[in-house]
Amino acid sequence: MSETTLRAWLLTETPQSRRQAAWGRSYRGWLLFRRNKLAMVGLVTSIILVLASLVAPLITPYDPSAQNLADRLAPPTLAHWFGTDELGRDLYTRVIYGGRITLGMVVAVVVLVAPAGLLVGSMAGYLGGFVDRAMMRVTDVFLAFPRLILALAFVAALKPGITSAVFAIALTSWPAYARLARADTLTIRHTDYIAAMRLTGAWSGRIILRHVIPLCLSSVIVRVTLDMSGIILTAAGLGFLGMGAQPPTPEWGTMIAATRGYILQQWWVPTIPGVAILIASLAFNLLGDGMRDVLDPKQR
Amino acid sequence: MLVEIDNLRISFATPSGVEHAVRGVSLELGQEKLGIVGESGSGKSLTARAILRLLPSAAQVSADRLRFDGIDILAAPENVLRGIRGRRAGLILQDPKYSLNPVMTVGRQIAEAWRVHKGGSRRVAAQAAVDLLEQVRIRGPARVAGLYPHELSGGMGQRVMIAMMLAPDPELLIADEPTSALDATVQAEILRLIDDLVSRRGMGLILISHDLPLVSHFCDRVMVMYAGHVLERLAAGELSRAQHPYTRGLLECLPSLVHPRVRLATLARDPAWLVG
Amino acid sequence: MTLLPARLRRISGTIASVPITLFGLILVTFLIGRVMPIDPVIAIVGDHAPPDVIARVRTELGLDRPLIVQFGIYLVRLLHGNLGSSVMTTHPVTQDIATYFPATFELATAAIILSIVLGIPLGVIAAARQGSRFDHVVRVVSLAGQSIPVFVLGLIFLLIFYVKLGIAPGTGQIDVGYDGLVDRITGMLVIDSAIEGQWDVFWDALAHLAMPAIILAYFSLAYITRMTRAFMLDALSGEYIVTARAKGLSGARILWRHAFGNIAVPLVTVIALAYAGLLEGAVLTETVFSWPGLGLYLTVSLLNADMNAVLGATLVVGFVYVVLNLMADIAYRVLDPRVR
Repeated sequence: MSETTLRAWLLTETPQSRRQAAWGRSYRGWLLFRRNKLAMVGLVTSIILVLASLVAPLITPYDPSAQNLADRLAPPTLAHWFGTDELGRDLYTRVIYGGRITLGMVVAVVVLVAPAGLLVGSMAGYLGGFVDRAMMRVTDVFLAFPRLILALAFVAALKPGITSAVFAIALTSWPAYARLARADTLTIRHTDYIAAMRLTGAWSGRIILRHVIPLCLSSVIVRVTLDMSGIILTAAGLGFLGMGAQPPTPEWGTMIAATRGYILQQWWVPTIPGVAILIASLAFNLLGDGMRDVLDPKQR
Repeated sequence: MLVEIDNLRISFATPSGVEHAVRGVSLELGQEKLGIVGESGSGKSLTARAILRLLPSAAQVSADRLRFDGIDILAAPENVLRGIRGRRAGLILQDPKYSLNPVMTVGRQIAEAWRVHKGGSRRVAAQAAVDLLEQVRIRGPARVAGLYPHELSGGMGQRVMIAMMLAPDPELLIADEPTSALDATVQAEILRLIDDLVSRRGMGLILISHDLPLVSHFCDRVMVMYAGHVLERLAAGELSRAQHPYTRGLLECLPSLVHPRVRLATLARDPAWLVG
Repeated sequence: MTLLPARLRRISGTIASVPITLFGLILVTFLIGRVMPIDPVIAIVGDHAPPDVIARVRTELGLDRPLIVQFGIYLVRLLHGNLGSSVMTTHPVTQDIATYFPATFELATAAIILSIVLGIPLGVIAAARQGSRFDHVVRVVSLAGQSIPVFVLGLIFLLIFYVKLGIAPGTGQIDVGYDGLVDRITGMLVIDSAIEGQWDVFWDALAHLAMPAIILAYFSLAYITRMTRAFMLDALSGEYIVTARAKGLSGARILWRHAFGNIAVPLVTVIALAYAGLLEGAVLTETVFSWPGLGLYLTVSLLNADMNAVLGATLVVGFVYVVLNLMADIAYRVLDPRVR
């Protein structure tokens, strides 16, 4: 199909099939999103970050742990684009690999948290009664801690490291998703079409999986994207406090902690990873904001 | 001549093109009561609000003439307009649930309208507010003055709105569907109240509604609008002699107890009405 | 229950859920404490202690009893205000917390005051001028505020203002020269020195407070500005604003008296939540600026694997957080006339 007929197919007012309607909606959403310049900046930056992390070995000239003590704390030059750190390792390489770690942690957390939160929240919202109340108490307890502090306590109990950090962040993040899914579920729980489905004999599990959860998806997706920046910051915070990734792993927060003493003379060594954190976090924030404007416009 | 409008045009820019809400409306109003009738989207509210330039910022307004008591509304600076709004012309909105400030007592809202235009101490204004509540026939006005809008019924809320807008003693009152959110039993009372107050104070009135018989009952003249145009102008007593098919259609689709019909009439729209 | 006035009933419902949450909090902290791989006995007696010493210490600590019993003991001790002793400072944890908490309180309060004083007007004006350049700048700065890690900002500020420009004093709460000159009344140096009239100490303390407070404020500022703007936009689209304009009121009066008046109550909730969120930021800020508060205590205890201290501090922070959330909730119900 040529471009104009594809566009016409997507934007038609009378779609012929469910799939066409779904595609049309997505396309319209995309058009709306595209108009938001800041959101586009966020999208492009996020994509660049993800790609850079994926092909890290291809775009970095050095090994992230290759030390060269003769050339430590060098300023940015052509040989080392960002300079070198306190053990002579190429900063640019370490920043790119750090991106890999950070994004990996974010993905790990999201993969753990979103499905679990969705499932628990929608079940609680749909089934109501004791299940609902019990679940609410549990989420209350987890929401009662500031995220970083609870994560710190968890990581301290387990061994400090990336796995514990991921686990700890996941444990402190899931309640928000459960709450969100529950709220969405409550709004549709009493609708007629859910009642109709119960009348035809569909059992609760099927209703929840095929009908309730898809409706919760859009707010969860928005929340995930917005949360990603928070997860990046928390992971970096844990690394900075020595509780996340451990040296010599090139996690951005850990790198800053190790080199913060050099802020006076070789200021770029701790600052550049900091800028990396800012860019990553900002990109996901912009992306999330843009997605929220498209998917959930009342919530600006 | 209180209001002179000539060829008023209001449009909005929307993602799918320019939307012309009002297309060349003209009217003149002296110390009389004019009813503007039309369905939703006919542009009647916008026309009336344009007189006070209370349109949303996205609206594009143009007119050959848009004057209030000789003052050019389109060219006037903001402080001149603020002198007209409230003091010389008031606006009553449809639903007091939304049009009254929910976190201020009604007494204070009325007192504010009084004080901003007449000055005086807070106590004087508060007393004036109670007097006004009495004028709009609210029982126990002193008690009601201390209530919040959500504690009032629809009818009482509209009376408060009326009191608030009449506080500065304006010359013109614009009532934008003042009874559409009220029960049928209360509607007539509120309109009678408005009618009474306007007549006694010698004010001009623009009454906007979608209810043709109601409007013709309380007004001297009626203007029928559709899709941004004025289709017909009549004296209130001459409604039965309406010419335009739209007006006739509106009149005919009202069910009647006196002349019952087997099938209710419906209004067939003619695209020709959209032009001119 | 129906005899109580409606407002009290609603609040009591909220208050009633707090003990359950607190209980859950205590349970979670307890479980974290028991999950740790470091054997607490070894931590006290060392690797090379003979087995009978180990067994004796284990019985002393009650670690040989079933978990439920241990939790019961923990709970009872907690209700008596006993959080155990810090391995690091050798003081009771409760005493340590009492020592370090005021500094965090001072920092957080200074930060929230800054945020409110700047954030609310910024949000209101940005909403009033929606779409303008000012609005865009406010939005971007506010967004950046939520994306930058607090420790990075802190380090950069130290670099610029302390190292390069020499305006700001260094880290810590006070210059070494002034240490110990002021008696400890509230634990907050700025207030204590003012009470005692030691004005040179006062100015030094204030100068030291400025930078960490500004850094910490940046985050709650971003949040408060954003929420104020969002609330204001919502309020300004209400019909009662049209009424206010029709009354001939001035723009400023409509903006502040009417629109802002409507969002004042939800804004109190936002501020309470922002204050609670500052507890989190305080941990990192105190680490960067060596500010002797609870956050620093927590991180140092973490590095020393001092579990009593870590859990005690976590519990206290969690408790404060719950109380703040509760106050936010109550404030909303009490102040909003619509809920009456």
